[in-house]
Amino acid sequence: MDLSGASRIVLIGGGQAAAQAVQSLRMGGYEGTLTLVGDEPALPYQRPPLSKAYMKGEFAEERLYFKPAAWYEDNKVELILSTRATGIDRTAQRVDLAHGATLDYDALVLCTGSRPRALPVKGGDLDGVHDLRTLADVERIRPKMITGRKLVIVGAGYIGLEAAAVARQMGLDVTVLEMADRVLARVTSPIMSAFYEKEHRAQGVTILTGARLDHFEGKDGQVTHAVMADGTRLPADFILVGIGILPNAELAADAGLTIDNGIATDRDARTSDPRIFAAGDCASRPLVHYGRNGRLESVHNAIEQGKLAAAAILGKPRPPEDCPWFWSDQYDLKLQIAGLNQGYDQTVVRGDPDERKFAVFYLRNGTLIAVDAVNSPPEFLASKKLIMTGAKLASGVLEDTSTPMKDIAAAAATA
Amino acid sequence: MPKITYIDHDGNERTVEAKIGESVMETAVKNSIPGIDADCGGACACATCHVYVDEAFLAKTGEQQEMEKSMLDFAENVQANSRLSCQITVTADLDGLRVTTPESQH
Repeated sequence: MDLSGASRIVLIGGGQAAAQAVQSLRMGGYEGTLTLVGDEPALPYQRPPLSKAYMKGEFAEERLYFKPAAWYEDNKVELILSTRATGIDRTAQRVDLAHGATLDYDALVLCTGSRPRALPVKGGDLDGVHDLRTLADVERIRPKMITGRKLVIVGAGYIGLEAAAVARQMGLDVTVLEMADRVLARVTSPIMSAFYEKEHRAQGVTILTGARLDHFEGKDGQVTHAVMADGTRLPADFILVGIGILPNAELAADAGLTIDNGIATDRDARTSDPRIFAAGDCASRPLVHYGRNGRLESVHNAIEQGKLAAAAILGKPRPPEDCPWFWSDQYDLKLQIAGLNQGYDQTVVRGDPDERKFAVFYLRNGTLIAVDAVNSPPEFLASKKLIMTGAKLASGVLEDTSTPMKDIAAAAATA
Repeated sequence: MPKITYIDHDGNERTVEAKIGESVMETAVKNSIPGIDADCGGACACATCHVYVDEAFLAKTGEQQEMEKSMLDFAENVQANSRLSCQITVTADLDGLRVTTPESQH
């Protein structure tokens, strides 16, 4: 469907994907009305620092904003904040808002994001049990980040471990509970899990894997303990829960759009309704370097799909589709991840984990599909190129640290 | 407030006011300077905020850390005055800074 004549564009959501789409639409020459509906009170802001520098209190809230308030005025972007969209009437091309207003659209972009998976245990609703997803969450957590306080973190994924690192650096007494038999079990290999577990333990974090949490115990409505299935009671001044996120796809599902572990989109971020697009955590998409569909929870994905949606609406050529990439900061360790490692049949380690500078490559049938690079930008950047070209790599090449990654990538490109 | 001038690949200049303590990248993004993508928001994770620093200011922008050096090694068209703008913090000393953006960040 040609939408290049669209003069009313509505975006639902105020995260990275929406901020990018708004910017790309205006920079791409779109001159019609542009309305962003967000359910949080703040201007669209970056989430990654919430579990990192911002949690430490290193800078002010304004610095998280993608654009200052004046930018939205100058670019005639109407912001409707603290407001939820409650329904989409696809026939009338209209969005219903919580306070009863409606917005008509020629094109609609759903950037509804994701929400933390709830922990289904007794006491999960006590005061002092927190998620870590929004600015409001961090505002509640930050006053408790005081030396000597006892923090129990449920879930040893990236969010949980990043928060653990910040809390330890601030002198808290930190315990991480992980149900699986290793940290980061869902996202990385046993080699990386072992490295991060050792690192956190060396920093003084207590990590309990194979942990069976039973419930939280409280006094006067305030959490005081995490109680394990074996009866162990772990004292806690507060709790952080980071056990994954769920896509906010209900609005799309209720409107009859196709759902496939998130709102199903094509390579242009278009949903099953040609006037409606979806971008970011809420959307599943073709993963063109992997020949399957999937939902990515990352900054790169939100930016890219925001750009794809804007380009499709404006009838511009499709922007490049990059190899998926991610990062995580813990202590002085910068982890950079390129690609998706699901289905790997071989791992190759380059460098020495004991030097806190190494990379784990993931291959399938001799082709590189992903890398986890710790304090190793060349391994990360070269791998992005290698993954996108799908070049076969001779055995022994990647672990040979005497050959720079740049040369390995160049050789593969000409092979 | 210090002023920074961004010059694009075609020679177009844009001068904006910067806040002390923010980075040269953040200043660019908040002012919608084209040519600086900064996909990671300043975490030194993506190498898409590459700029060329005016020689007169190069010393004042501070030392490159190893992480930045190795990221830049993979950028296109790197020169002796190449920096990642997320790693340059705005100070009063940088008033009048001029940086040029490369043809492409990818």
